[in-house]
Amino acid sequence: MRALLLRDLQLAIRSGGGFGLGLAFFFLLTVLVPLGVGPEGGTLGRIAPGILWVGALLACLLSLDRIFALDFEDGSLDLIATAPIPLEGAVAVKALAHWLVTGLPLTLVAPALAVLLSLPPAGYGWLVVSLLIGTPALSVIGAFGAALVVGVRRGGLLLSLLVLPLYVPTLIFGAEVVRRGAEGMALATPLALLAAISLGAAAVLPFAAAGALRVNLR
Amino acid sequence: MQIGVDNLAVARGGVTVLQGLDFRLAQGRVLILRGPNGSGKTTLLRTLAGLQAPVAGQVELAPEAAAYGAHADGLKSTLTVRENLAFWAAVHGGGEVEPALAALDVASLADRRAAELSAGQKRRLGLARLLVTGRPVWLLDEPTVSLDAASVARFVGVLRGHLALGGLAVIATHVELGLPEAATLDLSAHRARILARDGFDEAFL
Repeated sequence: MRALLLRDLQLAIRSGGGFGLGLAFFFLLTVLVPLGVGPEGGTLGRIAPGILWVGALLACLLSLDRIFALDFEDGSLDLIATAPIPLEGAVAVKALAHWLVTGLPLTLVAPALAVLLSLPPAGYGWLVVSLLIGTPALSVIGAFGAALVVGVRRGGLLLSLLVLPLYVPTLIFGAEVVRRGAEGMALATPLALLAAISLGAAAVLPFAAAGALRVNLR
Repeated sequence: MQIGVDNLAVARGGVTVLQGLDFRLAQGRVLILRGPNGSGKTTLLRTLAGLQAPVAGQVELAPEAAAYGAHADGLKSTLTVRENLAFWAAVHGGGEVEPALAALDVASLADRRAAELSAGQKRRLGLARLLVTGRPVWLLDEPTVSLDAASVARFVGVLRGHLALGGLAVIATHVELGLPEAATLDLSAHRARILARDGFDEAFL
């Protein structure tokens, strides 16, 4: 399993796309939104939590279909399925690798980009916390979606349609944590719900994804 | 270790392609699958490898014992030859990489990226993967595609070594491997006569 994680990270960094694409998208979005909305700080500060979370979500979505599609095309997925690692474990490891190359870098650069959106100072800490807790759910749910569409040609469109509704709760609670944090309100409830979504997704979806892969590999 | 198949029927895309398969294969033996394109060689191998369930009958072979060598070699083009093989060795619990590279004559290419290999070199690397899995049963789907005559002879040598160590192999191939001791199974004799549709799969087609 460690070998699989290391290989996925190595591939993501070498081929560039998986690693840089999400970050570049996130960067572009946060640079362009202030230009589009205008320099009025009050408006920007109010929409900043939502924009940052939507940006993070779409950036994750960009690289989802690579999780299994590349391995399926070159035959590695068949071989991983017959290897002595459980397929559930392989799915979890691939979701973790996806998070490490998209969710984690996004979380780390988000405070720097939040400056452009004039997020109120009290919100920075909560922005990092909410992304740290919420983005793993995006990767795990995405891995499940990718497992469902593996083998479908140009499955990316279908994948986005399948996955976006599942992303909505994470988006709502994640942005809510940042908004409440920025305004200095109590935020225990949305934070707990965000954590519950991530933990629930990480506990259940690897099994569902492995089941979907087994059907798709037949 | 042996393979036993009883009254096996296999399906592809919900259509039964082979039925009534019965064979046993003992340690150190090799079985060659023959049959025209579309006769179900790949489907049978995937069923033996545990990638799909049989429609009927029994397969007596633990999936943990089998190394499957498909049409695609499962290589990552941005990794080097050695990294590709080291990955599969690590996944299977640490087989020796260097002897496997040498056995299929890809040691001189070890530091080149898989993207730069020719089709035959890729195939040799794919076959080297079988050695690092350390598994006794090889299920090979046209292993000699894009290999030249010298490489085929080299592969047969590696295969003989594997059999001599108590391994088994089931090989689907169209070429003559030069293994006089091999048993041969002609799949055209087992072609499913009634093309029964499996109700469950049909919903997904």
